[in-house]
Formats: sequence, C-alpha cells, structure tokens
Amino acid sequence: MKVAKLILAAAAAALMAGSALAQDKIDVKLGVLNDRSGTYADLSGEGSVVAARMAVEDFKAADKGINVEVISADHQNKPDIGSSIARQWYDQDGVDVILDVPTSSVALAVSEITREKNKIFINSGAGASDLTGKACSPNTVHWTYDTWALANGTGGAMVKAGGDTWFFLTADYAFGHALERDTSAVVEKAGGKVLGSVRHPFPGQDFSSFLLQAQSSGAKVIGLANAGADTTNAIKQAAEFGIVQGGQKLAGLLTFVTDVKALGLSTAQGLVLTEAFYWDQNDGTREFSKRFGERHGGAMPTMVQAGVYASVLHYLKAVEATRSKDAGTVMAKMKETPSDDPLFGKGEIRADGRHIHDMYLFEVKTPEESTGDWDLYKTVATIPAAEAFRPLADGGCSLVQ
Amino acid sequence: MSAEAEPVAPAGTALAERTARGKRVHVMIFLGLAAILLVAPGLLYPFFLMKLLCFALFASAFNLLLGYGGLLSFGHAAYFGMASYVSAHAAKVWGFSPELAILTGVLTAAGLGLVFGALAIRRQGIYFAMVTLAFAQMIYFFALQAPFTGGEDGIQAVPRGYMFGVLDLSNTMTLYYVVATIFLLGMLLIYRIVHSPFGQVLKAIRDNEARAVSLGYRTDHYKLAVFVLSATLSGLAGATKAIVVQLASLTDVYWGMSGEVVLMTLLGGMGTIFGPMVGAAIIITMQNYLASLGAWVTVVQGVVFVIAVLMFREGIVGVLAKWLRRSL
Amino acid sequence: MAEIFGIPAAALYGQLLLGFINGAFYATLSLGLAVIFGLLNIINFTHGAQYMMGAFVGWMLLTYLGIGYWPALVLAPLIVGAVGIVIERTMISRLYKLDHLYGLLLTFGLALIIEGLFRNAYGVSGLAYAIPPQLAGGINLGFMFLPLYRGWVVVASLIVCLATWFMIEKTRLGAYLRAATENPTLVQAFGINVPLLVTLTYGFGVALAGFAGVLAAPIYAVNPMMGSNLIIVVFAVVVIGGMGSILGAIVTGFALGLVEGLTKVFYPEAAATVIFIIMAIVLLVKPAGLFGREV
Repeated sequence: MKVAKLILAAAAAALMAGSALAQDKIDVKLGVLNDRSGTYADLSGEGSVVAARMAVEDFKAADKGINVEVISADHQNKPDIGSSIARQWYDQDGVDVILDVPTSSVALAVSEITREKNKIFINSGAGASDLTGKACSPNTVHWTYDTWALANGTGGAMVKAGGDTWFFLTADYAFGHALERDTSAVVEKAGGKVLGSVRHPFPGQDFSSFLLQAQSSGAKVIGLANAGADTTNAIKQAAEFGIVQGGQKLAGLLTFVTDVKALGLSTAQGLVLTEAFYWDQNDGTREFSKRFGERHGGAMPTMVQAGVYASVLHYLKAVEATRSKDAGTVMAKMKETPSDDPLFGKGEIRADGRHIHDMYLFEVKTPEESTGDWDLYKTVATIPAAEAFRPLADGGCSLVQ
Repeated sequence: MSAEAEPVAPAGTALAERTARGKRVHVMIFLGLAAILLVAPGLLYPFFLMKLLCFALFASAFNLLLGYGGLLSFGHAAYFGMASYVSAHAAKVWGFSPELAILTGVLTAAGLGLVFGALAIRRQGIYFAMVTLAFAQMIYFFALQAPFTGGEDGIQAVPRGYMFGVLDLSNTMTLYYVVATIFLLGMLLIYRIVHSPFGQVLKAIRDNEARAVSLGYRTDHYKLAVFVLSATLSGLAGATKAIVVQLASLTDVYWGMSGEVVLMTLLGGMGTIFGPMVGAAIIITMQNYLASLGAWVTVVQGVVFVIAVLMFREGIVGVLAKWLRRSL
Repeated sequence: MAEIFGIPAAALYGQLLLGFINGAFYATLSLGLAVIFGLLNIINFTHGAQYMMGAFVGWMLLTYLGIGYWPALVLAPLIVGAVGIVIERTMISRLYKLDHLYGLLLTFGLALIIEGLFRNAYGVSGLAYAIPPQLAGGINLGFMFLPLYRGWVVVASLIVCLATWFMIEKTRLGAYLRAATENPTLVQAFGINVPLLVTLTYGFGVALAGFAGVLAAPIYAVNPMMGSNLIIVVFAVVVIGGMGSILGAIVTGFALGLVEGLTKVFYPEAAATVIFIIMAIVLLVKPAGLFGREV
C-alpha cells in the first residue's frame, strides 16, 4: 500500500512538474502610479510600492510560473502628468496593470486611458465614486474606499450613536460639495437633522471663523467635508477653540490614519472617521503590518497601501487561474471569484468594478488610552459589506443593467 | 527687462544686406523645424511630442510679452488654463467640433487678456508681475469653484472628434500633424508680429518707454495689444492641449504653471524667436524623465532657475545668437 | 439680542476679532516684504518659504534640541535671518545692477528649492507643534471664547510691527536706511557701509517672516506648503497698500484681515477672492496703492 501511495505521489509530482513546464511563463508588469512627493505621498507613495512587492512575494508568483515586475512613478497629483505616464506605460513599456492612483482627477484620466488601451486599472487611492458610477469602465476596479462609503459610514453610524444634529464645514469645490451632499442624505435618512453648513475657501489656512459658526449652531456633530491639510488644520484649530471639550464631536469625512498620526492624539482625540482597514484589527492585519513596517521605516500601512496589497493578490490569483493576462479574461475571472485575503477578509468585485468589503467606524483614542506610537483608533462600529457601499443600481454605471 | 541689444549694425546697404541674410537664416530655421516636425513622430513618442509642442507654443506666446514687450507676467496660466477649460467644455458638453472648440477657448483667453491686461498695464515692473499673479489666482479660485470645471476632477474624457468634419483626430498621427500645423502657424504669426512695424515699436518701448512716449507713441495701447496677443496665443496652446490630452484640470491654471512658463522662456532665451521652444523642450523632457524623482523635480527646477538667473541670463539660444552674432 | 445686518452682534465681534488676528500675519509678512523692497527694490518671492522655514526651525529646535517655544521665538527668526543673509551675500547681491525682475525670478527659484527640500525631508502631512502651556486654554470674552494664544499673536505682532516702524522712522539707523533708499552713493560717501546695511536689512526682513512662521506653528500645521499660497495673498496686500510706507504695510495688513473676516460671515464663498477683488478696484482708482507714492 505504502509503495503504491509513493508511486502515485511521484507520478502526481511528475505530472505537475510536467504541466508546469508545459505552461509558458507569464510575464506581468505592474505599474504603481501615485503621489510620491505631494499631499498623498505618505498615505500612498513608496508604501504602496512596498505593498505591491510584498503581495508578489507572498503569492510566490515566481514558483507559479508568473514573472512579475513592479515599476512605479510619481504623478505629482497632476492629471496631465499622470495620463501621459499611463499612456507611455501602456504603449511603450508593456505595463499590464496600473495600481493605486490617488487624486480623483488623475484616477479618472487613467481609467479612460485604460479603457482605450484595453488594460486593467485597479484603483486604491482615489475617492471618486464616479469611478464605478457615471464614469465606470469594464477595465477598472475600485478596491479600497470611495467618498460615498465614507459619507455613509460616518453619517449613518454617527446618527445611530446619538449624533443626530449636524453642521458641515465644507471645502468650496466639487469634491467638498459632493461629500456634504452624500453625508447629508445619509444623516437625514437615518433620522438625523442637518442644521446648516458653511463653505470655506480651498485651500484654507484659518478655520476659526467657520468653527465659531459651527459652534454657535449647537449641532452635536461637526462634519468636516474637506481633505488633507484643510482637515488637519480644522481639527487643530477646533482643539484650540475647545470645541470637542465643549461636547461637540468632529467627524472627518475624508481623514486617513496618516492625518491622525500627524496631528497627534492630544489634538485629534475623539475624532470619528471611517476607514476600510486599520493595522491593529486582527492577527492577519497585525502580521502583515509588522512585516510592512520592517520594510517601510516602521510606518504602519494605510488602507490605501493595504488595498494595493490585497488587489495585487487577487489579480495574481486570476492570472494563475486563467494562465492569461488578457484584460477581458482576467477581469471576468476577478469579478466571478470572491476575494479573500488577510487584510480585507472576504469580499467581491461587483459588475460596476466596485470591490465591496466591510468598512469600519473608528474613534481616535485619547493619549491616556493609547499604548504605543501607532495605537490610534478604537473601533466604534462595523459596517457590513452589503451596506457599506452605494447600491449597484444607484450609481448610474452603464455596465449595470 | 531688456534682452541683449542687437549687434551694432553698419550703416546703409550693409544693414539691408545683413537683415536680408538674417531673414534667410530664419527661413531656413523654419524650414528645418518643419522637416523635424515631419519626421519626429517616427523617432519619438507622439504624445510626448504633442505635449511638448503645446508648451513650446505657450512659452513662445509668453515670450512675446516678456521678451519683446518687456512685461513680466506671473499669471499666464490663467489664459492657458481657462482656454483649456473652455475648449474642453465646448467639445464635451456643447458638442463643438475640435476647431470650433479651440476657437472658443482662444476667444475666451483673448477676452480675459483684454480685461486683465487693461488693469495690469497701469502698473510697471514688479507691480505688474504681482498684479498679474493676483489675477491668475482669482481665475484659479474661479476654476476651483465654478461647476462647469469639475473642481478637482477637472473635465475628463474630452472627445477629439473630427477636425473640419474630415480629419479623424482619434488617429494619433492625424492628431499629431494637426497639432504640428497649429504650432507652426502660431510660431509664424509670432515671427510676423515681432518683425512688423508694431514689433519694432514694442521693442522701442521695452528699451526705453519714456523715449517712445516722447516720440508720440501711445505706449499703453501697444502694451495692451501685445498683452492681448500673448494671452490669445497662450490660449491657443492651452485649448490645443485640452484636445490632445483630453482633459483640462486645475494644474493648468495653478500659479506653478505660470512659473514654469517663465522658466522655459528664461532658460531658452527671452527675446529670441526660437529660445522659448528650446526651453520648453528641455523642461518638458526633464519632467518626463525625472518624474520618478518626486519632489526633487521641484528642487531641480529651482536650481535651473537660480543658475539661469545668476549666470545664464541670455538663455541657451541667446548665447548661441551672441556667438553667431545674429538674432535668432 | 442686537443684530447687525441679520448677524447677531456678538457673533460679529467675534468674527472681527478673528479677522484682526489673521491680519496680524498679513501685517507682519507684508511689513517684511516692504522693508526688503524699500532698500533692495526686490520682491522677495522666497518670503513664503522663509515663513515656512520659521515654523520648521521652531519645530526642529523643539524636536531635536528640546528648545521650547519662547526661546524659539527669538532663535528661529535669527536662524532664518542668517540663512537669508547667506542667500543675499552669495546670490541676490549679484543682481543689484540688473533689472529688478531678475530678483523676483531668483527668489522664485529659491522658493522652489527650499520647499522641495523640505518636502523631501518631511513629507507634506504636516507636523504637530503644541501651544506653549502658558498660553493654553482661553478666556471667555462674553461674545466669544478667545484662545489665549490667538490673543498673544495679535499682541506679539503689534509689538514687532510698531517696533519696526519706530526703528525705521524714528532712529538714526532708520534715517541711514531711508537715506540709502533715496541715494545709496551719497550715503556711502558719508562713510556708511551701504552693502552691509543692505545685507542686514534683507536679513531683518527675512527674520520677520521667520518670526511670523514661529507664531503660526502652533495654530496651523507645520507644513512645507504653508507659505506658498499665503504669499500670493500677501503680495496682493502689498499692492493694495503700496510700498511707500512702513506704516501703510502694517495698516493694510490688519485692515484686510478684518475685511476678510467680515466676508467669511456675510459671503464665505468669496473669502478667498475678496482681497484680489479689492486689489483690482484699488488699481483702477489709485494705481499706486492706498499708501503708495506715484513713481
């Protein structure tokens, strides 16, 4: 019996080796296109490249006959620079997949070019919900988050937690208006009330005037419909004017772990925000984050970088399964196979390209609660995948009939 | 800001002969340029070339104001960017054909140039620079807040369409030759302006405004005219770029863009016909190949700026012209 | 409750006070620009970057050397001023004989370099700088809660602005300075070292920017880009005020802070552009600026 088993095993091994030999090696080129010098450099940047490389190694792509090369470039948050790099990558450098791409304007441009060249674009860094809405494309996957999900997470969960009156501090341009509009809708649907809003110039330096208006509105929650330095400045000045101590809560509608880290806990404490990932959620995220930190100067991964890791894994799985890198074939496989990875758990890619997974409402810890440099959040609520993203029918995506 | 004085010309027939010879050289350069443009797409990536041509035209238009009018505008992004927005909007939302979309953008830039120029020329020198900068910043805020520009997202997926109803611009080569033609026509127009009597008066005002006034010229009219011309041609560059890259965004109206065009002109040689395009080629190539360096691009640009100001004020073509003893 | 144009009077006072606080920054920065312009005839485009450096030097002193806010308030402007002096000696001084626009271009290039270097070294997320404990908290003025630190900003910048005005208009050193502005050759002939005066003036103007930077550090995030947008507004302030007088720069700075504060209440959408609109109007009515002399 034993001998028979052995022979069988040997035969199987030979067969497998044979089949592996018979298969051609597949060369895949991944391009991480993001901000390496500007506003989003800390939350995407080199960290996203590290995450992509780790995904390739963890997948053991080389052992599976897939030869992966990862390249990167800086789009400087300028859509024309981003789109010319994307065009050149596809036309001349043989790039198959473009990854990350924070900044909505660049992401939308890259999505158009990817459709034109019939390649694959997996976005992690940008927030534009149009990527899987009006501007959706059969070649684009939006992995990590979008403004709708953030508005929904923060707005809905805050109302449930008792924060039922809102006042918005809104950056005066399309993005801020959209955040305010989406969040207002969620708040009102959940039974809350919007008491008012004020539009501040973008970029703004001094928010004291607007914060005073928010304070005198008496709303329980002040929603910050802005991003980047505007948000951090507003939070900093809110602390100065004693707004959180006065009993009002601040809700960041597009705030990242890097912003909180930059502000420090004594300033940011009590801030509520929605993210798709936090390094200290479970053993899987902690193990990954520890390895990531070792390769990236001790920094913990952001949700954007985590999204790059998870999406590369999912992509490579599809390439392995189809033994192809044809965009149509691989996209079909990626959409029909549910995703499962240590960082986002189980999820799936919908017809419109939206990847859905659980989202989380976090509250920033007080300095007393924190036990380490990166011990920043406590989880307030989990928003299940089915409710976390805009319903398929509401986005106006032409791929959904 | 006065450029190098023209070489001292001998009197009489020698002058005429010299001018004629200079003209011949210019004609040859233009022909050479056309030949290069004809074969270039075989050697270089066409989209890179088209972007370069748009910026070369932008820098040359800017140079019309700085190099020949002696006026340093620090807000030329306003005309470039606004034309880009308007033509993108016209092509995408109003469904204009590309030539009409570009024309709409150009007219917008001309109108803006007229209004801002009329105000800005009331001040001189450094004040003029600051005033144009402030106006450009107003346009930036307008572009940020106005609904039609799409705010931070910009106007995306601008259709290329058919030029004059026949030329299919979705074909890269057709698009390239259309852009090359626009560029060449723009350059010839600038050349005509500079070498017309109008251009001569401009140079006289640049070198000594008081003298020009005492000769009876209404210098304000000339300054406004060259301002509008420069804004219009910058608009042509911006509108063409919107059709080429199929998007218009805040980058084009940001003050960084105004700084970049000054750098291109300074580096290539202000007050020379061919300098700005050389400067634009260098800066765009640099940006393209240094893109992976991130913030160092800014540092490198700053260093180039400082070096150009400290020891290279004539610019590349300016130095060449001096060496050849010929205006280029 | 009393109302003014539909806004409760108490809220309006609060907003006016806040506008005045912003005006303090405009005044300090435009004063620095005016001082430099007065003697060097150069628009210092690096001013925004030097303001940012002031904030960063304050942060570095605290983080690397443990030197707190109060010593930093003196040290950081000195350090930034010293860097300014090096820049003036090695580069700007070579341009005095040329068109003034070259000075603008040079300082623009320098601003790019400085900002780029800081972005490379510290990223752009911004760094935290705590309010000094002596000035934490605030007082209730009845119509608003005034953080003590903001009150301090107004006091400190008023003192610095007025001291500068006094020094230039009322002291012997100031007299030399003003004389050198009018006729450097003659002043040189009287045995005064004009190049040294020029260098020190530039250093002083830059130090003012550094001072404003340290003042700003606890309020705004310490960020490499913090100066680049502010400086354009300050340019507009300078155009509105005209470069003729030191006092003009100070008054215009504070006044425009107030105007901006009011805009934020009545029509916040225009808060970013109101200063530029005022600039356009001033240019139409009084091209030399409110306090400027016709040239």
